[in-house]
Amino acid sequence: MADGAQTPKDIVSIALTVNGAARTVAVDPFQSLATALRDGLGLIGTKVGCDAGDCGACTVILDGEQVCACLVSAAQADGAAVETVEGAGPDGITDRLRRAFLEHGAAQCGICTPGMLMAATDVLAREPGAGREAVEDALGGVLCRCTGYVKILDAVMSVAGEVDASKGVGGPPSRTMTAWGGESDGGREDRCVGGPPSRTMTAWDVESDGGRADKGVGGPPSRTMTARVEDGDGGRVARDEGDGGFLSVGRRIARLDGWGKVAGTEVFGADAAPAEALWVRVLRSPYARATFAIGDLESVRSRVPGLEAIVTARDVPGENSFGIFPTTKDQPVFADGHVRFRGEAIAALVGTKEAVESVSDADLPIAWTVLPPLTGVEAALAAEAPALHAGSPGNVLTRGYLKRGDAETGHQGAAATAEGRFETAFVEHAYIEPEAGFAEPVGDRMEVSACTQAPYMDLEETARVLGVAHDKVRIRPTACGGGFGGKLDASIQPILAVAAHATGRPVRIVYSRAESMASTTKRHPAKIRARYSADADGRFMAFDMDGDFNTGAYASWGPTVANRVPVHATGPYRVPHVTARTRAVYTNETPSGAFRGFGVPQAAIAHETLIDDLAEKLGLDRWEIRRRNAIGTGDETATGQRLASAGLPQCLDALKPEWEAGLARAAEWNRGEGRVRRGVGIACMWYGCGNTSLPNPSTMRITLSRDGRLTFHNGAVDIGQGSTTVLTQIAAEALGVPAEAFRLVVGDTDLTADAGKTSASRQTLVSGNAARLAGEALRKGVLSLANAGPEARISIAEGVLTIADGEATRRIEISSLPADEAGVVLAGEGTWDPPTSPLDAEGQGVPYASYGFAAQMAEVAVDTALGTVKVLAIHAAHDVGRAINPTLTEGQIHGGIAQGLGLALMEEFIPGRTENLHDYLIPTVGDMPEMTIHLIEDPEPVGPFGAKGVGEPALVATAPAILSAIRHATGARMTRVPVLPHRLWEALQEGGR
Amino acid sequence: MARYYRPDTLAEALAIRAEKVITVLAGGTDIVPARTARAGWGDMSRTDILDVSRLQELRGIDETADGYRFGALTTWTELRRAALPAAFAGWQAAAKDVGGRQVQNRGTIAGNLCTASPAGDGIPCLLSLDAAVELTSAGGVRTVPVGDFVTGYRTTALRADELVTAVVVPRPAEGAVGAFAKLGARRYLVISIAMAAGVIAVGEDGRIRSAALAVGACSARAQRLLRLEAALVGVPAGAAVSAVEPELLDELTPIDDIRASGDYRRAAALTLVRDIVGGLAGDGERRVA
Ligand SMILES: Cc1cc2nc3c(=O)[nH]c(=O)nc-3n(C[C@@H](O)[C@H](O)[C@H](O)COP(=O)(O)OP(=O)(O)OC[C@H]3O[C@@H](n4cnc5c(N)ncnc54)[C@H](O)[C@@H]3O)c2cc1C
Ligand code: FES
Ligand code: FES
Repeated sequence: MADGAQTPKDIVSIALTVNGAARTVAVDPFQSLATALRDGLGLIGTKVGCDAGDCGACTVILDGEQVCACLVSAAQADGAAVETVEGAGPDGITDRLRRAFLEHGAAQCGICTPGMLMAATDVLAREPGAGREAVEDALGGVLCRCTGYVKILDAVMSVAGEVDASKGVGGPPSRTMTAWGGESDGGREDRCVGGPPSRTMTAWDVESDGGRADKGVGGPPSRTMTARVEDGDGGRVARDEGDGGFLSVGRRIARLDGWGKVAGTEVFGADAAPAEALWVRVLRSPYARATFAIGDLESVRSRVPGLEAIVTARDVPGENSFGIFPTTKDQPVFADGHVRFRGEAIAALVGTKEAVESVSDADLPIAWTVLPPLTGVEAALAAEAPALHAGSPGNVLTRGYLKRGDAETGHQGAAATAEGRFETAFVEHAYIEPEAGFAEPVGDRMEVSACTQAPYMDLEETARVLGVAHDKVRIRPTACGGGFGGKLDASIQPILAVAAHATGRPVRIVYSRAESMASTTKRHPAKIRARYSADADGRFMAFDMDGDFNTGAYASWGPTVANRVPVHATGPYRVPHVTARTRAVYTNETPSGAFRGFGVPQAAIAHETLIDDLAEKLGLDRWEIRRRNAIGTGDETATGQRLASAGLPQCLDALKPEWEAGLARAAEWNRGEGRVRRGVGIACMWYGCGNTSLPNPSTMRITLSRDGRLTFHNGAVDIGQGSTTVLTQIAAEALGVPAEAFRLVVGDTDLTADAGKTSASRQTLVSGNAARLAGEALRKGVLSLANAGPEARISIAEGVLTIADGEATRRIEISSLPADEAGVVLAGEGTWDPPTSPLDAEGQGVPYASYGFAAQMAEVAVDTALGTVKVLAIHAAHDVGRAINPTLTEGQIHGGIAQGLGLALMEEFIPGRTENLHDYLIPTVGDMPEMTIHLIEDPEPVGPFGAKGVGEPALVATAPAILSAIRHATGARMTRVPVLPHRLWEALQEGGR
Repeated sequence: MARYYRPDTLAEALAIRAEKVITVLAGGTDIVPARTARAGWGDMSRTDILDVSRLQELRGIDETADGYRFGALTTWTELRRAALPAAFAGWQAAAKDVGGRQVQNRGTIAGNLCTASPAGDGIPCLLSLDAAVELTSAGGVRTVPVGDFVTGYRTTALRADELVTAVVVPRPAEGAVGAFAKLGARRYLVISIAMAAGVIAVGEDGRIRSAALAVGACSARAQRLLRLEAALVGVPAGAAVSAVEPELLDELTPIDDIRASGDYRRAAALTLVRDIVGGLAGDGERRVA
């Protein structure tokens, strides 16, 4: 690069070595190395999660040291040697790590994976046998929101040659035997012996579905994958013992969509768009409540070369509103003269990247009239508060109610009653991938390709906003770099569609971290008052609660939270008398929506704390009081539903030895006089899988085509939790073929049926049943070809369908079978909707077909002088019905525990204050406790092969277990989360401790 | 239109600096996040940039006649890896916990000083080392003690025509040992709620011979605790912790913010200082024993 100065529009050329090859790239010297790699060299494996050094997703190795590629200016990379995830790494270390990540299930959504791989490469290149502490120090700068870091550490340590299993984060999970070999009984040793795995991994080709490859536009997200088994070693994925002879179910196969994630080739929202796509930059309100008038935009537009349009509410061709329920579409795509929260979209610039990035908001003629905002539910409920939405006087969006028995009478007859008030904060999903994608007019249709949890809902919202029929919209989900509920609501989709419609051109957007945090939904802050009573034996008599949930400026999932909480309000216990009232309240804050648990985690903090109170009052052990009241199979819930599967007693029993040992460990420690005190806590949870008393069907389809290809059309988007793999395992089991036999088509609304949203822990249960039914239907079709009995074995290879029934074997040339116009010779389709019934006015009915249960135990150390809490261990027992893929199930639990820890100790979103990952803290690798997991398999009669959901249950019990442990350690009964150090310290001061 | 300069020599850089108001860029770990934050709320403006990362004159750690000279571009990683006397242990410990490894590999000691955040981890360490900042302009060189360089909340004595060229540390006293304690709400990548740094020497007689202590994030800028230091001199190492009385920390004026309350910060600072004093005095006692 030439010395001296360049103007920013002067693109300069830098020369660097990338993964060993000399490259030159034309850059704007101000832009980041990350941008130079991605946009300049097409190396999209390097991810951008924050552009501020806070997430580490962009980690690359620069001249032998790991750096954030977002913090290095392109000019500074001139002459440097850069290693990215696309390279093999020094001595092939990156390649070895890649395989270990896939094998260990260390990549869930995969958005952090490239950064993790590079950070791990950095430490292992320097220190091949690095110990655990050195590895944690090296990974400390990369955030992962999915995995709880457990399997990532396992994977890195396996490459580091760490053989001492006892140093692992958790001991071997109790149920899980071997990971890959069938021969070892040691749980971890087999995958921890140094060096690369001895067996070749399964690799997966990402193959275009043909719809776009011809266009050569950097390939959107074709989510079609072909499974290719590299070696036919059948022992590679040995079955666990005792799984009833399943072929696929219960196997720890590597994620079927995993290879792209570890190779850096996975296409996320920001990773592809048509080359000619214009960029969109959204203008957002800096005020929580204001009116505004927009002046002459055309004069601005015409002044800026490359700025094609500035779109506003006026440019929305259809309805300028969206929202989850037909009756609550109250959020505008672009605010029309009135904003209700800081971060609300008011307009969007559409043009070249340079153009949209050269115009500041202040350059636009917008006249604001700032109004006093309603902050917090008290302000919104105050008599004099203005109504924020016409249809909701008093700012109450919805009420939830449940009544069983007579709570007042129940309390009166009790031996002990505990009451409390509890408060939780806004919590940010903090997926590492900000919203991104593109829209493209194709003929008379609009195609939107974006990261999402709900393609069919996106389709409906987009069609509505465009004012077109549903069949005029196609949603092609990209890989989703984390969702946790935050990518259920439409965000970029309507904006993209309006911008593409206005310009007639493809348009793309990548949210900045700040706008992702400021504008998308949060966990509802809750204020709960609750009372719990028990008789002298500790048997629960009555429970009542009132809960106000701050739903922010727009409805989003507020009604769901208001309705789900009463059902779960008591916790998973038998309680004869229950009253629960909830309200979702509008305020001028960030909209609250869906976040892992829909209000249930907030409620769990209340009921579990009160149960500890009751135990204290009655002199009962905290485990004991829970065991006595634990709801079990055959018991009735507060909605009057009789449970067909409830494994909570087994979960508690599984924790009992650890509970006793933990209490002893804490007592032993606390005999010392130091200021660090230890404590042990316990909490239980339950969670209804699927939508509350609402239909939420899923349809899955499997086809066998004339060319011999078996294709699984699966509309459930995998947001990292593993549905692509789990549903394929289920389909494979039902059909009677290996999971590897399928070609996968995932989540394209033109190619797959509606599987519903990836939410409410419903995909394993609901889509799992649909996949099972589809597999069974196809199996029936296949067997009837040969008149074979139900026990017959099916195999498909090289265009031949083989059906072996006892002694008889039929071989059928697939190409000889009659095919439909799509070339399909046989198809199986399955649709399943969980059997529920509506809740009556008193909240009685069958809201969910199935419930997941868990008990978790926390061990903490509290520095009583500083108020800091270190979670030493979490022991978790989860009733998952059946673990279809135990590695993935454990991964969900690990990640849920990490999020629960964040909820308990550090996470608090404050609009205007914590809109970045610098001030909004989520757990890092160094904050992880040891985790042990007990998978309890109490088969769910309605579940596919007995399975139920685990996505949300993973998180719910963690925070209350930690609070219970803090109290045990210090006596401080914390009723507000997060328990920031100063809050705990203040509580300890007040308590005179 | 904004311009980007990346000169090769200090002389060129100083000439540019003399000519115009320009943003100096070193590791970018403060500048880039600040730019991202502005852009996040629609301020897309760019300033001229003077990228000093190629200036060899600003690199290297050298032992001099009177002590040590750390080039302004010394990164946290270079500091952590350097072989230095025990008095530097606190600053080196701070280097290990600034951000994550990625930030440590790019962030520089001078950048940390110039940002002058109350939560800048390097600043209390440098105060406790009696360090000074070498400031160079086309007109010459001046050396300003760190306590005078950082003038307030994110303000410094740096003139628009100057660059920081080095941080200079006088040779530490015989037997001086340094320590650093950081308090944050998570393990890695965390901005300090409060932090304390100290350098203490214990004499042959087992008594504290010299003490330099500083606390950050508990006032607009990090503060030396001069009264406490004076009170500690001559105290037997074993009695040092009990000599750390709360009123000796009244230089601190902590405030409430999203990370913590002021009252808490005051108490936490006391605890951190006691931890440091206890640790260092105990250490010193063992050394002389
Ligand atoms: C994720 C993350 C975590 C962090 N964590 C911490 C932490 O825990 N503790 C902490 O203290 N800091 C932390 N920081 C901030 C930090 O890395 C620094 O303060 C760093 O040392 C700044 O150095 P730099 O070279 O990157 O500065 P730059 O960003 O390049 O510059 C910072 C300032 O210094 C000026 N400047 C730099 N060099 C010179 C010079 N030679 N002459 C004149 N002016 C100059 C610049 O103009 C600018 O004003 C963190 C940053 C990030 C991104
Ligand atoms: S994108 Fe670079 S650290 Fe987040
Ligand atoms: S797998 Fe780490 S963020 Fe999703």
